[in-house]
Amino acid sequence: MLLQAKSVTHYFGGLCAVSDFNLDLEEGELVGIIGPNGAGKTTVFNLITGVYRATQGSIRFRDVELVGKRPNEITALGIARTFQNIRLFKELTVLDNVRIAAYNQMQYSPVEALFQIGRYSSEEKRILNNAMELLEVFKMDSYADELSKNLPYGLQRRLEIARAMATRPKLLLLDEPAAGINPNEIKQLMEFIQWIRQQFDLTIILIEHQMRLVMGICERLKVLDFGATIAEGLPLEIQNNPKVLEAYLGEEGGEL
Amino acid sequence: MDAQTVEKRNWRSRIGQRWDAIAENRRILPVLLVVGFLLSFAIPQFTLINPYYQLIIMYVGINIILATSLNLINGYMGEFSVGHAGFMAVGAYTAALLTMKVFPSNLVGYLFPLTILIAGSAAALVGLVVAIPSFKTRGDYLAIVTLAFNMIVKSVIENIEAIGGPRGIPGIDRLTTMPWVFFWTVLAVWCMRNFIYSNFGRGVLSIREDEIASDLMSVNTRQVKLLAFVISSFFAGVAGGLFAHLLQFISPRVFDILKSTDILIMVYLGGIGSIAGSILGATIFTVLLEALRPLGYYRMILMPLLLIFLMLYRPRGIMGLREFRWFIPSYEQIAIRLWRQKKEVPDASAG
Repeated sequence: MLLQAKSVTHYFGGLCAVSDFNLDLEEGELVGIIGPNGAGKTTVFNLITGVYRATQGSIRFRDVELVGKRPNEITALGIARTFQNIRLFKELTVLDNVRIAAYNQMQYSPVEALFQIGRYSSEEKRILNNAMELLEVFKMDSYADELSKNLPYGLQRRLEIARAMATRPKLLLLDEPAAGINPNEIKQLMEFIQWIRQQFDLTIILIEHQMRLVMGICERLKVLDFGATIAEGLPLEIQNNPKVLEAYLGEEGGEL
Repeated sequence: MDAQTVEKRNWRSRIGQRWDAIAENRRILPVLLVVGFLLSFAIPQFTLINPYYQLIIMYVGINIILATSLNLINGYMGEFSVGHAGFMAVGAYTAALLTMKVFPSNLVGYLFPLTILIAGSAAALVGLVVAIPSFKTRGDYLAIVTLAFNMIVKSVIENIEAIGGPRGIPGIDRLTTMPWVFFWTVLAVWCMRNFIYSNFGRGVLSIREDEIASDLMSVNTRQVKLLAFVISSFFAGVAGGLFAHLLQFISPRVFDILKSTDILIMVYLGGIGSIAGSILGATIFTVLLEALRPLGYYRMILMPLLLIFLMLYRPRGIMGLREFRWFIPSYEQIAIRLWRQKKEVPDASAG
């Protein structure tokens, strides 16, 4: 079992954002979380990655309890994520964006950095080489010295995934990877997600609104509505689940 | 296009090319450092320039240390600390007490570097304490915290009679000499640059850009904030120690909010997130303030006016987020190019 969430509940003041969320994730799976706006999907990601501390329940990653840990510790354990609205370090170069994500692999002390002694130079070289190699894998090495805010939208999305990969995750959380991408590019994106999954031997949880994408690549789905899990199962089962149709797909059902 | 504009453009581009060539030539930097160091001995020895100007040059050095160290927090980390004079006060008082009460008076000259080191460490220790609120608060709220810190330091000193209370400490030995100012200024700028171009420094930048994303990209933001505050306050303490032994008199009033404001002006005048900017800002501010002394009270009007116009037309200061090439480690500049040519990346220590 890679990730196990047990009756996770989270309140914002009096509002119950997520209630009794359960998830058993095996290594290598690709699971989708869907649901209407405000259903608590992103909150689930924030709970897993430690941005919020779950009010109740437990989340275990490879038998390590995540609730109560700081986000950087959780990331160092092997969980990386992207964001619904791109959150790159805008004023920094593409290379620096990726190098920052190698913070947990840094092997030198602040004193060595201050005086450029000891392991500093060999480590900086290693970090730079790793970052450039990663950018090459993502076909972005030619943009290494560009400021990330100057990249076109599609490349910014790709850089965000590359940056997440620089933390060397086992589990990748993708928050609406298709947001802002035109429908014709969905197929490319699906291939891209499958490709990084194989390339880096990843387990993926995906939040998405685009039904074509979700139905196309997810092996298993969970449907949230008002914080509660209303259905889960194979994509085909979900498509025909009356509860889901009512809560979420009802208005869009014709498209399926 | 008439001949005159063509000529003007040629002239401009020639200057530009020459400037590029100078900036490209990294061998000039060590030469400049050696020449500067020799000059710092020669100038006071042979009175090459009059002592008043010497004094101003030393103040420029101290202010460069203050501005670069504050820039680490305000410019690179994007927080807003307004209590830098508080750290300076800790350094100044520690150093002054060491040379006047602790160290034997016949040895204070030899122990001066140690004095400054301890002054910096004392300030760094205080910086460690101030860094802790920065875990939870940021922006305006952290500004209030640092403001309060500055006021606390001032009133604590005012209320301890043993260290002179509100009257301060007069008659401190003048131990700050030009070579020492030069040495500490270069050390401060060098260390700060090394830190910024390390992965810790990139962590500092990522906090400015997006703290949550930075946390989620495995950056230990608490560690980074602690480091930034400790390093910044260490050098503020160093500057304080040098300042006390140059002015030869310190009192709590010297280190009030106005002093902190002066340092802020230097940072924002020169440009946030830029070492070259801080050096420029500190130099311009110090020299201008002295040059305008004949204007009396009017200079207190001129300086804010200058700042207002600067903020209107160049909100990021003279160098905002840009850097002079000499201050960027050479491997940072050529590594990508070399990597693309499939050569080995050079050693990070190459400059």
